[in-house]
Amino acid sequence: MGRAEVCILKDLCKGCGLCIHYCPRNVLEWSDEINVMGVHPPKVVNKKECTLCNFCSLICPDLAIFIKEKLDAR
Amino acid sequence: MKDETISAGIYFMSGNMACVEGAIAAGCRFFAGYPISPATEIAEHMAARLPKVGGVFIQMEDEIAALSAIIGASYAGLKAMTATSGPGFSLMQESIGLAAMTETPCVIVDVMRGGPSTGQPTFPGQQDVMQAKWGSHGDYEIIALAPSSVQEMFDLTIEAFNLAETYRVPALLMVDGITARMWERVVIPPAEEIKVNSRKKPRVPPDKYMPFLPDEDMVPPMACFGEGYRFHVTGLTHDELGYPRAEDSAVQMRLVKRLCDKIRRNAEKIVRVDEVMLEDAEIIIVAYGIVARAALNAIKRARELGIKAGLLRLITLWPFPEKNVAKATEGSKAVIVPEMNYGQIVREVERAVKTVPVYHFPKLGEEPHMPKEILEAIVRCGSL
Amino acid sequence: MSIAEHPLSKYLRTELMPHIWCSGCGNGIILNAFIRALDDLQIDLNKIVVVSGIGCIGRIAGYLKLDSFHTTHGRPIAVATGIKLANPQLEVVVISGDGDLFAIGGNHFIHAARRNISIKVICANNFNYGMTGGQSGPTTPPKAVTTTTPYGNIEYPFNLVHLASAAGATYVARWTTFHVGRLIASIKKMLLRRGFSFIEVVSQCPEMYGRYNKMRSALEMMEWFKRASVVADFSDPARAEITSDRIVVGEFVDAEKPTYEELLYANIAQTTIKRT
Repeated sequence: MGRAEVCILKDLCKGCGLCIHYCPRNVLEWSDEINVMGVHPPKVVNKKECTLCNFCSLICPDLAIFIKEKLDAR
Repeated sequence: MKDETISAGIYFMSGNMACVEGAIAAGCRFFAGYPISPATEIAEHMAARLPKVGGVFIQMEDEIAALSAIIGASYAGLKAMTATSGPGFSLMQESIGLAAMTETPCVIVDVMRGGPSTGQPTFPGQQDVMQAKWGSHGDYEIIALAPSSVQEMFDLTIEAFNLAETYRVPALLMVDGITARMWERVVIPPAEEIKVNSRKKPRVPPDKYMPFLPDEDMVPPMACFGEGYRFHVTGLTHDELGYPRAEDSAVQMRLVKRLCDKIRRNAEKIVRVDEVMLEDAEIIIVAYGIVARAALNAIKRARELGIKAGLLRLITLWPFPEKNVAKATEGSKAVIVPEMNYGQIVREVERAVKTVPVYHFPKLGEEPHMPKEILEAIVRCGSL
Repeated sequence: MSIAEHPLSKYLRTELMPHIWCSGCGNGIILNAFIRALDDLQIDLNKIVVVSGIGCIGRIAGYLKLDSFHTTHGRPIAVATGIKLANPQLEVVVISGDGDLFAIGGNHFIHAARRNISIKVICANNFNYGMTGGQSGPTTPPKAVTTTTPYGNIEYPFNLVHLASAAGATYVARWTTFHVGRLIASIKKMLLRRGFSFIEVVSQCPEMYGRYNKMRSALEMMEWFKRASVVADFSDPARAEITSDRIVVGEFVDAEKPTYEELLYANIAQTTIKRT
């Protein structure tokens, strides 16, 4: 599968963890990086699992994550 | 829709009614108010007259709401007005500050009654005139006019709108209860002879528009909501783009200085007074509103008694006509300030008159100063 | 990678971002939901005005790239009334908080609802005054600890959906920030209808309210919303409680009634026709 591209605007993330926790497929996890906000943004670990449900991008208070459908994958 | 502004001619009206006709003649098409003696007739007359010219009348739930709605309507493109008396005027102060900060053209009529607090709802007063200038928090400027006849309730309401639109400020009509409720002859000129001006519009396209970037006269051109400018207005300290910059002292200094200077530096163009027999006057009355009518009679009778008395009638209260007062009272023997309060405008007169003694003549309650009372004061001064 | 790359950045004043709201604040989700609703509806961005009051959520008017007015505390609905009546073609949306709309601004809310003027109100209900550091407000739950109820809140909170429907609002809904999908649907429905419309968004405030009430993280507050919420569309708003165990969400009122501006402009047309 893997028809989704998870885009993370790392320096906008304020590290609330909602996207990581509520992703139904555990696509995301805390990264080890520290961004300008001084927090760990999420990182994609299971890209193929993403079903484009968009919940991470909807629940993000910082507009720091969104999903793009990969056109070539279709 | 043929609009039905009042046709030219001579009418017999109350001050409150003339005020409404003046507002409509000036292009006012939005009124939000709240009942309060002695200003209610303005709301009632607006309720009847505005729909006839396609205008919006709404009675709001309180005076704070009334002025807030006026601010919204003005930014949505309409000339808007409210009218109240002391208690409502006090409730409106925070919103007056918002209108000053957001440079919202609007007109507020304060039909003054006896105060403080509930005071004398059906009796006249002039006790709100300092509140007009200092009522809200922070440094800002407003324009305040003081009609003293029903004709001026028509003329000065038009002027208030023109000043509000020109300088993008709240323009206040500080009128005592008598001038507002008495009936007199009013001459209404043909519409084409009435000078009406409106806010400057932006001269740049939306993507270049900075809502609070001033022109030379320190007044920014004004876009309105729904015209595609998609701009931001906030009561927070803001920069020329209208963006909140409450953390930047330079922005605060620049903004507050401009909000004040745009009136102070244009004071000469704004201020109007009426000078009567001042050339050789030794005793000078400085008065405004209904009291100026009695003073006019008093100085004539004083002249008959051989006393050189004169009258400086303040048409503009704020910005205060300091230069006019200083010039008018130069070389005179005494200045008398009759007011229906316990000492307010007299303080400004004292600041303007350096060398000559200034006497306050307070009178509170049902009756304004009678001509003979002012005459007695003139005679007493003359004999000092 | 800046916000400008976000697909919905055209609705935002990106030069003012990132926003000032705390990590995990529900206001960000409300902003997110609102611009998605605008995008889905492809609303004419020149014909919509957002009016906000004072409080954390009050900053939302600045972040939205629309005609916007950030008013004084408690007055957005009154200012919005002036805007709507002066130009009824404008879509006028008020987005503000529980304190702004229901404490200091309560009088304007109930009267605008009573009039059924077509103003669309979104209330970020996070149970306290966050901007000023976490004081109790008109919706703070009983016994809750805040900086002004250090010994536990002794007041009974408003039930906002009950209050709105009793005052006359013709569309009343409540969602939590967890129900972001349904919230977007409700906002879209609200934007397309006429009449006074009200959406309460139960929203997390981890830094202030959560800190003092054993929900120190956005996650913990969100878990409360998820665990306790019960969708009960068109149930009796009077019984739509918010407690630690039960948060009743859904649409409660969706009625049609002539709107204030329609009646007003019909009156105007009437008076001018009679004369010609």
